[in-house]
Amino acid sequence: MATQKTVSTTGNIVVADAMRQCRPDVMAAYPITPQTTIVEEFAAYVAQGRVHTEYITVESEHSAMSACIGASAAGARVMTATSSQGLALMWEELHIASGMRLPIIMANANRALSAPINIHCDHSDAMGARDAGWVMLFAETAQEAYDNTIMATRIGENPDVLLPVMSCLDGFITTHSIDRIDVLDDDTVAGFVGEYVPQNALLDIDQPVTHGAFSGLGGPFFEFKRAQRDAIERSREVIKSVAAEYSELSGRPFGAIETWGMEDAEVAIVVIGSTAGNTRHVARQLRAQGVKAGVVKVRVFRPFPYAELAATLSGVKAVAVMDRAESFGAEGGPLFLEVRSALYDAETRVPIVGYIYGLGGSDVRLDLIERVYADLSDIAAGTAQPGGLVYLGAR
Amino acid sequence: MAKWDISRIDEWKGDEFPLGACIPESGNSREYVTGGWRSQRPVRDSEKCTQCLICWIMCPDSAIVVVDEKVTDFKLDHCKGCGVCANECPADAITMVPEGCELPEVK
Ligand code: SF4
Ligand code: SF4
Repeated sequence: MATQKTVSTTGNIVVADAMRQCRPDVMAAYPITPQTTIVEEFAAYVAQGRVHTEYITVESEHSAMSACIGASAAGARVMTATSSQGLALMWEELHIASGMRLPIIMANANRALSAPINIHCDHSDAMGARDAGWVMLFAETAQEAYDNTIMATRIGENPDVLLPVMSCLDGFITTHSIDRIDVLDDDTVAGFVGEYVPQNALLDIDQPVTHGAFSGLGGPFFEFKRAQRDAIERSREVIKSVAAEYSELSGRPFGAIETWGMEDAEVAIVVIGSTAGNTRHVARQLRAQGVKAGVVKVRVFRPFPYAELAATLSGVKAVAVMDRAESFGAEGGPLFLEVRSALYDAETRVPIVGYIYGLGGSDVRLDLIERVYADLSDIAAGTAQPGGLVYLGAR
Repeated sequence: MAKWDISRIDEWKGDEFPLGACIPESGNSREYVTGGWRSQRPVRDSEKCTQCLICWIMCPDSAIVVVDEKVTDFKLDHCKGCGVCANECPADAITMVPEGCELPEVK
């Protein structure tokens, strides 16, 4: 294991630090709450000469991602960060980045989308981009946000993958709260991520190439999309092997999902991000009272870990999926739809309930999580049936 | 670098497609035949033409053929029939005629 230093700081600061340690050639970014301190801190590193990155200040997130695409096509290791409306403004470029197979690394500080205007945490921004062809990682803690940033670099740049990676952390809860984090030293991270060896770099004048051309009328667009599908499928194994290698350095294991108490759980909650911590806390208390409670945290949302979810949930009597994002008009939030789909091929039919919680930073109190487990216990005991979608704690 | 071989492009499968739709060559748009989009074609009256070369400057598809500083022809593989040349010609020497019709006699 490599030597590590324990620091006490915020999620955003350690994400900026992880980016500095990965030594990007280019960063193009625009500030937006609650992401701003990432790019602000990074700009300070550039000004102090602590990282030799070309820092491009732009007039919008649309331009930020456009500059990232240009720089990445030119052959640079490129990073950026955004949040909420900023991510929404990048929407068309998100698809261009993945379609051009450019391994851009982006931190996203999860925040609600207007209206009404709201700056607090939910996952609507990232979930709205879930079909954009990016690998998507979600952190529970500042520590995970740090670790995910470093692993993201290796995942995206792997020659079998070559896709952009979005590394998400919960706005304010994780971005701004001060936490205890173990950080690796600069040389260890530099050695782990290595040099980025671009393929088809625009700046390779000995081998001129054309990027972003028209695919032709009736041309092979369809086949290029299938190639993208193949690449994100291949990323499953790469994510695993990068995590295995990284845990040897850091001593911290990482799975596509992380489970607590699932060996014998009868009732389980599936959740993403910072709420996983409180959910485990409640599950631990319930265990003391004899309730066989389990928790499944989803760390990798794209590619979605269907097999892992199906395996861990197959013996459970009732499952709740907590979504911090809406998919208005669908049967539940984005995570609910994925988890239910993962269970479709299970041999026994597992009762599953969708909960929407915490939109726009609305409080996720422990008693609300207790209520979810109580609902599940009733369903498991056969005294209640899964009803429709629940807005957890709404007045 | 060896020229990019696209002779079998219609039969390509899986890994044969270049990464991210990158074209491993530059400046090869002349191989992309766009003339099929055309619904009308330009016809030049060489008696009216003063060889001012304005059509050659204005054509958005570089489809005016110039040999020894003289307009000689149109490259119909690339001419999209936009009519810019006919509109810009100060001598009214270019007429747009519908494709698929018999061409007027030119001198
Ligand atoms: S019609 Fe348009 S494309 Fe064709 S030669 Fe004239 S200007 Fe060029
Ligand atoms: S613009 Fe008209 S006159 Fe001038 S070169 Fe072209 S056809 Fe001839």
